[in-house]
Amino acid sequence: MGFLLYSKNGQLILAVLAFLAVLVILLLIARAADSLRRRKQTFAMVAVFGGPALLLLAVGLIYPAVRTIWMSFMDKRSDSFVALDNYAYLFQDGLQAFGNTLLWVVLVPLGSTVIGLVYSVLIDGSRFEKVAKSLLFLPMAISFVGAGIIWKFMYEYRGAAQDQIGLLNSVITGLGFEPVRFLQDSPLNTLFLIFVMVWIQAGFAMVVLSAAIKAVPSDIVEAARLDGASSSQLFFQITIPSIRPSLVVVLTTICIATLKVFDITQTMTGAEFGTQVLANEMFDWSFTYGNNGIGSAMAVVIFVLVIPLVVYNVRQMNKNKAVR
Amino acid sequence: MTTQTLTSVNPTKKPASAAGGFKKLVGNRIGSAVALVIAVLWTVPTVGLFVSSFRPESEIKSSGWWTVLANPQFTLDNYASVLGGSASTNLAVYFQNSIVIAIPATLAPLILAIMASYAFSVLEWKGRDIVFVGVFTLQIVPLQMALIPLLRIFSGTAIADTFPFLSLWTAHTIFGLPLAIFLLHNFMSEVPRDLIEAARIDGAGHVTVFLRVMLPLMLPAIASYAIFQFLWVWNDLLVGLTFSGGSRTVQPLTAALAALTGDRGQDWHLLTAGAFVSIIIPLIVFFALQRFFVRGLLAGSVKG
Repeated sequence: MGFLLYSKNGQLILAVLAFLAVLVILLLIARAADSLRRRKQTFAMVAVFGGPALLLLAVGLIYPAVRTIWMSFMDKRSDSFVALDNYAYLFQDGLQAFGNTLLWVVLVPLGSTVIGLVYSVLIDGSRFEKVAKSLLFLPMAISFVGAGIIWKFMYEYRGAAQDQIGLLNSVITGLGFEPVRFLQDSPLNTLFLIFVMVWIQAGFAMVVLSAAIKAVPSDIVEAARLDGASSSQLFFQITIPSIRPSLVVVLTTICIATLKVFDITQTMTGAEFGTQVLANEMFDWSFTYGNNGIGSAMAVVIFVLVIPLVVYNVRQMNKNKAVR
Repeated sequence: MTTQTLTSVNPTKKPASAAGGFKKLVGNRIGSAVALVIAVLWTVPTVGLFVSSFRPESEIKSSGWWTVLANPQFTLDNYASVLGGSASTNLAVYFQNSIVIAIPATLAPLILAIMASYAFSVLEWKGRDIVFVGVFTLQIVPLQMALIPLLRIFSGTAIADTFPFLSLWTAHTIFGLPLAIFLLHNFMSEVPRDLIEAARIDGAGHVTVFLRVMLPLMLPAIASYAIFQFLWVWNDLLVGLTFSGGSRTVQPLTAALAALTGDRGQDWHLLTAGAFVSIIIPLIVFFALQRFFVRGLLAGSVKG
């Protein structure tokens, strides 16, 4: 008993056991509810199957989010009401983070999806498909911090007189050019950070899209060929529309991940040299400077920026349902 | 003779793939070249890190890792100092923390989300679609937005003192749920309704349908989501950083490594070895489950 309570591994085992016990109890309740009448039964089922998740979301996400919106109209200690002061500050001094974030949100999903799609199509059916897939998916397994270190090492800069220890600068000086300060020189450094995120996310896009492409029934492809469809027609009028739902999922998922990413700027540049993004600035204000007002206002701005995306996605899902 | 003619007339044909059109469009040779360039760009940086982590400190700092072919010198010193060195560079305790955080933080959202997606796709109830859209919308609530209020729920309570990992588990579970429900719901709603109806007509209750019909069909999706969630938790920096409050007892490896990058940004012998220690578990998970992952995904999509 002491082991379970007072050691890390013990607490790990205890947590898993406790969770499984709750699960068994829930399913037993559901089994008992199976004998109820229709309306009561549905209610009980929804409560058992959906209840725990919905409850956690309400307490752990909805309540905190509402509180954050409220805090965004208050001063830094949430003591007095300051109306829109925090937002006014954002649109005066936070513009750099805005611009960079928009660049991230456009380029990362686009870059990752295009690379993932092109790659999955190119290796489809090849002898090396499995290995080739692992290679692209590998960075997905690496922590953002790890990837940050890996690419910081790739981008490492030494003066022209020294031997370069970063591979990219070594290639550049080898070709006779001056070494580049990848991470320090604005505005291009943001693009180099963005590439790191593309490097991480492309594997996710590739795995999902590859599966979607393989799921396109071969009779449709065959039929289109017999009808004399050209290669580009086949790709843009059969393949792309068939995997459209997966494309939307991939794009929006990466978009959302990108909006929240702060690990990369944090590890690679410390958000200095003009690489600031909203998520990083939000962290700085809330946890480094202890100003909950401005930090919360930034969270709210990100939330607002993302709403059109969600509306589009929901509409897309409804359309897919209508087709089915 | 006859068999030979037959095979030449009827060559074994691969089923037509939707990928074929694009390959023809760019041409086979260019296509292979592009794929090769991508593959190289996606592997070489990691290889560089791996090779460097075995080079002596002085070598790492004075020459590129690719010169190792001309001048091979290897050492385990870097790993000795990140796994058992002085307290300031020792990452072993954080490695254990990461494991203790990641396992429950993968299981809990996974199981809760499977159950919730059953409620959102199989069960029919009033307001279902609106609630589902609401859950999906929660995906875009930035983590940062929930951090401080959620932290305050736990801080100072007795249960948080006894179980220091509880707040991390809960936070990861909550933050993982919206996407988990969304993805698993999408997979689940692709399961043919007739299958469920048939089981229901045969007198199966919802628990039976859930455990006997849905779960086996969902296995590929479950496996793939489990891998993703595990990687996301393991890769996370933000929750680990804020919920551990910098405490050595619960801080995950990523947070410790980020601190190391800030404090000793030029100590590449520590950073390379440390980074590799942090990516070894995800790599093992990835390679161990990938075969099942890909095969399952394919089987699921062909049947689906």
